[in-house]
Formats: sequence, C-alpha cells, structure tokens
Amino acid sequence: MAATTQKTFLNRLRNGDEVAHLITLMFAASILLIAGLLVLELFGSSTEARHKFGWNFFFTSKWDPVAGQFGALPFIYGTVVTSAVALMIAVPLGIGAAIFLAELAPPRISDALTFIIELLAAVPSVIYGLLAVFALVPLLRDPIQPFLKSILGFLPFFQGPSYGVGFLAAGLILALMVIPFIISISRESLLSVPNDQREAALALGATRWESTWHVVVPYARLGIIGSIFLALARALGETMAVTMVIGNTPQIAASLFATGYTIPAVIANEFTEATENLHLSALVELGLVLFLLTIIINALARLMVLATTRRGTAQS
Amino acid sequence: MMGTLAHSTAAGPPSVNPGTTPERVLPKLKISHLNFFYSAYHALHDVELEIAANRITALIGPSGCGKSTFLRVLNRMHETVRGARVSGEVLLDSEDALAMDVSKLRRRVGMVFQKPNPFPKSIFDNVAYGLRVNGTRGSARLQEAVEHSLKRAALWDEVKDKLHKSAYALSGGQQQRLCIARGLAVDPEVLLLDEPSSALDPIATAKIEELVFQLKQNCTIVIVTHNMQQAARIADDTGFFLLGKLIEFDKTEKIFKTPAKKETEDYITGRFG
Amino acid sequence: MTRHQWRKLVNAVMFSITAACAAAAVCVLFWILGFLLWNGGKSLNLSFFTQLPKPPGEVGGGMANAIVGSAQIVLIASLMGIPIGFLGGIYLAEFGTGAFPFFVRYTADLLNGVPSIVMGIFAYAVAVRPMHRFSALAGGVALSVILIPTTIRTTEQFLRAVPQMLREGALALGASKWKSIATVVVPAAVRGVATGIILGIARIAGESAPLLFTSFSNQYWSTSLNQPTASLPVMIFTYAISPYADWHRQAWAAGLVLLALMLLLNISARLVLSPGAPRN
Repeated sequence: MAATTQKTFLNRLRNGDEVAHLITLMFAASILLIAGLLVLELFGSSTEARHKFGWNFFFTSKWDPVAGQFGALPFIYGTVVTSAVALMIAVPLGIGAAIFLAELAPPRISDALTFIIELLAAVPSVIYGLLAVFALVPLLRDPIQPFLKSILGFLPFFQGPSYGVGFLAAGLILALMVIPFIISISRESLLSVPNDQREAALALGATRWESTWHVVVPYARLGIIGSIFLALARALGETMAVTMVIGNTPQIAASLFATGYTIPAVIANEFTEATENLHLSALVELGLVLFLLTIIINALARLMVLATTRRGTAQS
Repeated sequence: MMGTLAHSTAAGPPSVNPGTTPERVLPKLKISHLNFFYSAYHALHDVELEIAANRITALIGPSGCGKSTFLRVLNRMHETVRGARVSGEVLLDSEDALAMDVSKLRRRVGMVFQKPNPFPKSIFDNVAYGLRVNGTRGSARLQEAVEHSLKRAALWDEVKDKLHKSAYALSGGQQQRLCIARGLAVDPEVLLLDEPSSALDPIATAKIEELVFQLKQNCTIVIVTHNMQQAARIADDTGFFLLGKLIEFDKTEKIFKTPAKKETEDYITGRFG
Repeated sequence: MTRHQWRKLVNAVMFSITAACAAAAVCVLFWILGFLLWNGGKSLNLSFFTQLPKPPGEVGGGMANAIVGSAQIVLIASLMGIPIGFLGGIYLAEFGTGAFPFFVRYTADLLNGVPSIVMGIFAYAVAVRPMHRFSALAGGVALSVILIPTTIRTTEQFLRAVPQMLREGALALGASKWKSIATVVVPAAVRGVATGIILGIARIAGESAPLLFTSFSNQYWSTSLNQPTASLPVMIFTYAISPYADWHRQAWAAGLVLLALMLLLNISARLVLSPGAPRN
C-alpha cells in the first residue's frame, strides 16, 4: 500500500513545503530570466548594425559616427593587444607568486600574503584608473617609455612618440588588475595537488624547487591554465581603468606607445552620446561580441579549474 | 547450551514471538508486510513485527542488515531520500502511520541519532525547538517543559546554570543526552534510538543505557544497536535482522539463551558479523 | 660546481625569484594605499562630505550628493538583489533536483563572468529606455543583476555546507521542511551567507561602468529615485579625466573614501564574520 495519497493541487498548496518550493523556485528562475533578457537585448538592439554591416563589421577599421560608418576592428585590436600585454606581464609574475605562496613559503606567511593579494581583487576599477592616470602615465611618459625606446626601438612595438597614455599604459594597469586572480586560482590549484606527489619527489632526493616545478606544477597545469583564461576574460571586459589611460583613439597601430581604443572603453564613452540608432546599435553589437567572448573563455576556464580540483580529490 | 534444540533453517518462516503482550492489548507499533526499496535495490523483505508498549525493543544484526533502514521507516525519515519506496503497513496504535500527516507522526514517534546532532543554538533553544515548532508558546510553559525534559534525560543538574550557553560547549555524552532531552520534550509515545551510544565512551554509554531503561516507563523504546551486550543488558525484546529480513524476534532472554534460528545463534556466538 | 651544488643554487634562486613575484604583488596594494593616503589625505576635508560639486573650473565644493547617491543606488540594488539571490540560493541548496537547478547554477556562473558594462547595457534596455531617463532606479537595476548571480551561488554554497544531520534532527522533531530550513539550516549557515552578501555589496559599491548610462550623474541632489543620480565611482572617473587640478584633488579624496570603504567591508567580512570559513 503506497504511503502518499493523491492530493489536489490546492490541497498540496496548503502544505507549506510546496509553497516554499514554488516561491524559491521562482526566485531561482529569475537567473534564467535575466540571462534570457540580456541575450535578447544584445541581439535585438544590435540588429540594425548587424544587418547593415554583416561580417564586414569585424574587418572594417573606420569608426565614424558622423558618417554612419562603423567598423569594429580598432576596438578588437585594442582589446586584444591590451589583454595580451597584460597577460604577458601578469602570467609569469602571477604563477611565480602562486608557486611561492603554495609551495615554498611557510604557511603563515603564505596565508597573510594571500589575504593581502585577495584584497587587491576587491579594489574598484576606477581606483586602479586613478593610479594609472596620475602615477603610471607620467612614469611611462618619462622615463620608462623613452628608456624602452632607446634599447628596444628597433622593434615596431617601441617606436613613435611617447604620450604616456596608450596600449602599454592600459596593458600595464590591466596586468596589475588580473594578477590577483591568477595568483589566487593558481595557488588553490597547486594546493589541491595531493601531498603524496610532493613526498614521492622529495623522497627521491629532489630539491623543493625540483619537486614543485617537475611534479606539482605539471599536475596542476590545467587549473593554472584555467586561471589564465579567467584572467583573460577579466582583462577583456575591464572598462574604467582602461578607458582612463588608453587614449581613446580608434586606430590600429603597431607601437605600444600609440593610443588606441578597446570595446568596453568605446561603449563607456559613446553610449550616452549616441544619438543615431545605428550608432547605438553598433555599440550594442560590440557589447554582444564582448559578451560572447567572455562567456566562452569563462566556460573553458572553469572546466579546466574543475578538472584539476577533481583530479586532486579523486586521487587523494 | 544450544546443542539439543532442533534449529529451523533460513528457508523457514521467521520466528516471531511478541512476548507476553496479552491478545487484547494492542501493540504500540504493528508492522506488516513491510518492503523497502532504494530505487531498484530491495533493502527490506516482508518484515512483520509487533512492538509492545512501554518496553524496550532492541534490533540487532550485522552491518548493512537493514535494522537502521527499518528504524527510519517507523518515523518516515526515509522520505528525505530520493528513490526510497515503502510498501506494507505500519500501524501506530492502529492508525496508519504511513498515511497520516508526517509532522504529526514525528511528534509521536521521536528519534535520536547515532552521532549527537544538537543545533547550533543554546541548550535551552535546542530542547525547546520541538515545542516551538509544534506551536507551544509562552516562556513559562517552555521553561517548565525544558526543565522537565532535561530532568528526564538526567542532564538538568549539569546544565541548569548554563541553559543559554551553546550546545556545542557540552561533551559528546552530554550532547547525546541533550538530543534525547530534545526528543523527549515533545512527549513522544515512541522513541527510536539509532545506535545512540556508538560514538560515545563507555561511561557515557552507561549513563545513556541507565537513562533509556528509566524512560520506558512512559515511553516505548526501539533501539538499534550493533552492541549485543547492550541489547542483552537493557532490552525486553530483541529482533535479529539479517540481509534485510527479520530472522527472529522474541524476548531478549530467549534470543540470547535459546535462539530458535541457526542464523541468530551464529550471530550471537560470534561466528559472523 | 658539482651538479648537486648547481641544483641547490637553482633552488635558492627560484625561491628568491618567486618570493620577489609575491612581494611585488603585495607591494601593489601598498602602492595603491600609499598614493591614496598621500594624495587623498591631503585633499580630504569636511566640505568634501558636506558640499555639492561646484561648476567646472571653480575651486572647492564636495561630493556630498555622490556619497548619498551611491548609498541610494547600492541600497536599491541590495533590496532587489539580496532577497532574490538568497531565496534562489535556498532553492538550489534545499529543494532543487534534476536539470532545472543545473541550468540555473550554470547560468549564474556564466553571468558572474559577464563584464559589468554589458550588464549596464541590459539595465539600459530594461530601465532607462522604458522610462526615457537616467535614474537611480536604473543604476540599482544594473547593480542588482551583478549582485544576484554571486549571491545565489554563495548562499547555495554555505547552505550546502550545513551537515545533513542537522536537517534530519529538525525533521525528526516534526518540523516541516521549510520550517527546518528557516529555523535550523539558515541560522547554521548565516555567518557564511552574510559574508557572501557583504562581499557582494562591496563589489557593486565600487562599480562605475554600469552606472555610466543608467544612473548617469548629477551636479545636484537627486530628489527622487527617478532622476539621474551622482555616484562616487562615476565622479572619480569624471573628475580624474578632467583638465581641472582641483577636480583631480577631489578625485583623490573620493578614491580614498571609496577604497577605505571597500577595504573595511572586505576585511571585516572575511575576518570577523567567518574565521576559517571556505573562501570563494
């Protein structure tokens, strides 16, 4: 004889549990609603630009609101370049710091330093921007960029006039902003490597560094790569600090000293001033591109981080 | 001791003797044709049992034999697990326990768990929880009920001046007695104890056993234990489970001295389990 | 040099290099703090907190309206976002089974990674366009859609950490499921959940990108939620990129105030509220 009797819907509703289930379910569903509306809006409001320019949008470099000409290439270029510069600086520094904090430092020092570094992740973007404008840019303008020019000027990356603002400034401040993420996640990936791996290496006579570099880091490599992807996703979407020091010029230039523009920066600067629907539509299309990019990169990143921690716990 | 008796084999029907309960007096709990499934896994097979009122009934058996599963059916805790299904009949004083409102059932049939699980609240609030949740109001009534329950659980003297301290400040044995007090506060007719002292040291265990022995005056106790000596010490009736079947049920003395089934004898004498 | 000596040297060198990397990262915080304390401290005075901004080019004035405006916007966002995130988190941890909660979880994680400026576009469509104006409300909407995904996940995480034993203990005493959640599970998880919420609020309080075209800005007091509203992060941005030295000075002061608030919220949440709790 089955225990539950058939109850009418109204009867079940009087049961407090069913009501609670329903209410909390609706609130949880709001996430899906937000995501749905977001996608709808990004696709919907960009329709005009998408239909007018098609795929050429991504290969045209002319951005002229007055003439109704919108090409995304300068912004894609700027976004990619600044993120690349940021990662080139942040990845070695970040992984190095993570290795120190996870493997080589005494636990209490490691915890204290990690606490401070994680606080950095909480510093708002405008504050990084403030420092970039008043502390970093003057430094770059004189003496750093001229110095780089003098020794690396044969490379196209380090040529041209030095304003202080530009790709290098934006890349540098982005690097500072993403380092805490690389450190935090890489450190956790390294910590999740089972202890017997380290012990096996040490028992064979490896030095601490050798055990770390040859055994632990490779074991955690997926998580570390995941952290890099996450940092990349953040760098791509960073708006305020970049807007303040990139120079806001929609141009493509090889030199890091040149001024440029990124996708978030142009949206931030021009959204309120876009009077034409086409202009607004083009900006939303840029937003759509940014959205898709960051989603894909984030999804990949999390898969990788998940893979490392799963491996660690499964085998310990 | 056992040599001269003829033993029935596992193929025969389970030997169930409800003891001295006269025909006219209803058993507190009457379980018939009870089958239990975890999704496709058939965990309990056709269990038939009558649990007498105001007695201590012990359920023994090797690990995984289904005694805890059976116990959890009695207050329908199995319903918290997805895929758990029950068929058969469980009567509480001839009321259908499987069909009645589950909150009402659990007020009448309480449970104490294997590991002490006090709530992260004060001692007072822990004991008062069941009362509050079931609608009791008024601080005077609650105070009285809490004191009464803590006295029944032999814990009052130890905690009376720290009722508002956190329950986690108590030792393991005290926490378990607190959980018993908490269960007693709603004045249940039946108290189910799932290996209540397996996580405790021998002294704490002795205290719990003494307590349980006294409780049976006002309460029907069903206790699951893997400790046969414990069953022999405090239980009036004992049931032996094996592989999801109730093999034998009888007065404790008979089970331990002259078990009717060979499996029971093998378990008691330590040949397995 | 023997091979062994070489290996020991490498060990020592790499130790130093990695330590230097960690030190550099830590120094960034002190660099930020130092600059803000120096430049901001010089510029911070009572009028910063009490006066309205002066027209461009004029010296003096303050950011009283931006401070209040930020508070308004964050409050709106919290009032919308916290209940939704909290109750949604309860669903994911306590009620949800099957595919639906999986999609909700996955989508929440995806939304967490969306740049805040894109969320601003969303809020623009949902609140600014229909109302035909910038408003504190729109700013609140923008910030709340950033708050909701993170709140829902941290709430779920801390609720799941409550041992199943406690739930069973409550159920066994006759409590219904929602009662057991409300009176036992949530109180047991309250520290972690509160930490998560505070950290979420700290995060949105510092955001300015999504406010640029939702709450916009305002030179004066906003008298209602329907008006463009000044906020501290947006003011910092506007003042910092302006050509006026006095505005730069005020931007530093505002930066110091904002950073102080961020650090206060973060440190107190992590240290005081949950010593030893799992960090995200």
